Amino acid sequence: MELLQLMDSALRLATPLLLAALAGLFSERSGIFDIGLEGKMLAGAFAAGAFATFAGDPSYIGEYWSVPIGLGLTDPLKIPLGSWGVWSVWIGLGAAIIVSIILAMIHAFASITLRGNQLISGVAINFFASGTTVLVAKQWFAMGGNTPSLDGSQRFSTITLPGAEAAADIPVIGPIYEGLISGHNIIVYAALAAVPLSWWVLFRTRFGLRLRAVGENPGAVDTAGISVVKLRYSAVLIAGLLCGISGAYLSLGTSAPGFSPEMSAQRGFIALAALIFAKWSPKGVLGAALLFGFLEAIGNKYQSIDIGAFVIPVQFMQALPYILTVVILAGFIGKAIPPKAGGEPYVKER
Amino acid sequence: MKLFTTLLAATAIVGAAGMASAQANPAVIFDLGGKFDKSFNESSYMGAERFREETGIDYAEFELQSDAQREQALRRFAQQGANPVVVAGFSNATAMNTVAQEFPDTNFVIIDMVVDQPNVRSVVFSEHEGSYLVGILAAMASKTGTVSFVGGMDIPLIRKFSCGYVQGARSVNPDIGFIQNMTGTDGSAWNNPVKGGELTMAQIDAGSDVVFAAAGSTGLGVLQAAADADILGIGVDADQNYLHPGNMLTSMMKRVDVAVYNAFSDVNNGTFTPGIQVLGLAEDGVGYALDEYNEDLITDEMKAAVEAARAGIISGDIMVHDYMSDNTCPEE
Repeated sequence: MELLQLMDSALRLATPLLLAALAGLFSERSGIFDIGLEGKMLAGAFAAGAFATFAGDPSYIGEYWSVPIGLGLTDPLKIPLGSWGVWSVWIGLGAAIIVSIILAMIHAFASITLRGNQLISGVAINFFASGTTVLVAKQWFAMGGNTPSLDGSQRFSTITLPGAEAAADIPVIGPIYEGLISGHNIIVYAALAAVPLSWWVLFRTRFGLRLRAVGENPGAVDTAGISVVKLRYSAVLIAGLLCGISGAYLSLGTSAPGFSPEMSAQRGFIALAALIFAKWSPKGVLGAALLFGFLEAIGNKYQSIDIGAFVIPVQFMQALPYILTVVILAGFIGKAIPPKAGGEPYVKER
Repeated sequence: MKLFTTLLAATAIVGAAGMASAQANPAVIFDLGGKFDKSFNESSYMGAERFREETGIDYAEFELQSDAQREQALRRFAQQGANPVVVAGFSNATAMNTVAQEFPDTNFVIIDMVVDQPNVRSVVFSEHEGSYLVGILAAMASKTGTVSFVGGMDIPLIRKFSCGYVQGARSVNPDIGFIQNMTGTDGSAWNNPVKGGELTMAQIDAGSDVVFAAAGSTGLGVLQAAADADILGIGVDADQNYLHPGNMLTSMMKRVDVAVYNAFSDVNNGTFTPGIQVLGLAEDGVGYALDEYNEDLITDEMKAAVEAARAGIISGDIMVHDYMSDNTCPEE
């Protein structure tokens, strides 16, 4: 039973990592390193929290959904609210995806079109998101950078899968189905479904083949008459989409009642570690995200583990994902070889 | 002629400034959470506002945006002749220790930390006493016989909350189960509501049905998880009962506003005293929140027990151990 609870918690904790790591997978497989996963998640989490508030609480700014894009210079944009309240969680999700894609496109423009340094651009996005979210949150809501508490239709509710109650009494399978598989929100299931989908896209479609090729040898792809730029832009776009969902999960799909400053709490970097640990494969990403989620769940449940001879402090459990990544990078458990053209801007002719 | 008028006006302003320095010219600095954090800083803002309403004396304010600004902000206010300069938050101690020596004629006030300078008043709260009271309420409200605590950053101050809480709970039921989790060991532990929620769910799985959150924004995740699972949560610092009516047992209130208000008006009345000032139950510096959101959850029996304990602590009959006095807690 305890193990089931741990795995249940691991699944919830793995979801944002899984989505962000898949985002990194698409981007990096196309040859664009993405340090900015963290920033895109954070910006997405804020957009989700803010727009779910606007949509779900008409009393907040009146009958109109008034977007202060004019910054006081012109009248704010007024969009009538009507009965959008029930859709607020989806509006939040949509806003998160849009904001995250905008940031992804900035990253793409800097690193593909302008051939800038991909790491610097990613770091810039992280700083930008960390500062801007708090600034805008204070401006809009004046709650010290938090968004107002969300409830009801402003958050993703848990889904009880059909027959879960009835199946609970069946030995072994019942509790697993009822306690572990059922009772999560839709993003958790979507993240799990995204794994085979990503595998199929990357390894069973023409687009995926080209995307992988462009990360290994963009020159060859270009010679075949396929646009390297377009492929890389699409890959980064997909990364933006997945990061946005991951961010929306943080503010709308967990126990956090809305956005709070720095709520991504380095998950974007753990996702990067998971991606390397997974050696850039979708199947591996699933395993790595679940493993890291499981380690975090253990750290949450047993803060110090007494194994008789000595006590393992909780800090060790928290550091374990990073230690494992270093071990992998050092080549002790297999070898993690990144896409060959990763980090290199493609120049048609030198 | 025009120059003369300007000069006259300038003299008048200088004169007015000279007059003003006879009474208080207060300044308050808000810590990193921001002025409207629904908690600590907002509470000091309320205290400053109350002073302004009652006396009509305006005050200067500054919101810290980064650690580097702590010393700057203090020094700037002192240079401008502000008196007293009040700042809430234990992270400001080093900066204040430096600046207070540079401006020996200015009165400084720090809340939640002790700075040993002749012109500094250090206001500390007896959080263990307030936590003891909510611990009593938690133990009486618990049906499962297990209560729990989620702290933010693992520092002695937060352990002080936890230790007072478990002592209060054990005073009602010596066998009551107690689970304690700290969110982390660095500043991000105050801003991780997702992890706060996970910790709470783990505690619920382990049988807890009353959880006390002393964890800043992380606490919002704790209280949300408690409400989602339909158990009871306990808020901290400000009255947070309104967050989830029906699932909020109470809040452990820490009256930062009282500390700020007292500092301002003491200087204004010429009764300012430096040194350590402890605000406990007797001074109404800490307490438990009872309002329309939780009155249905607090029975008469619970109210009687907690009031008896309050009287006992004030009279000295009940001694609540302060974790920070020796960094140990008698109850596990």
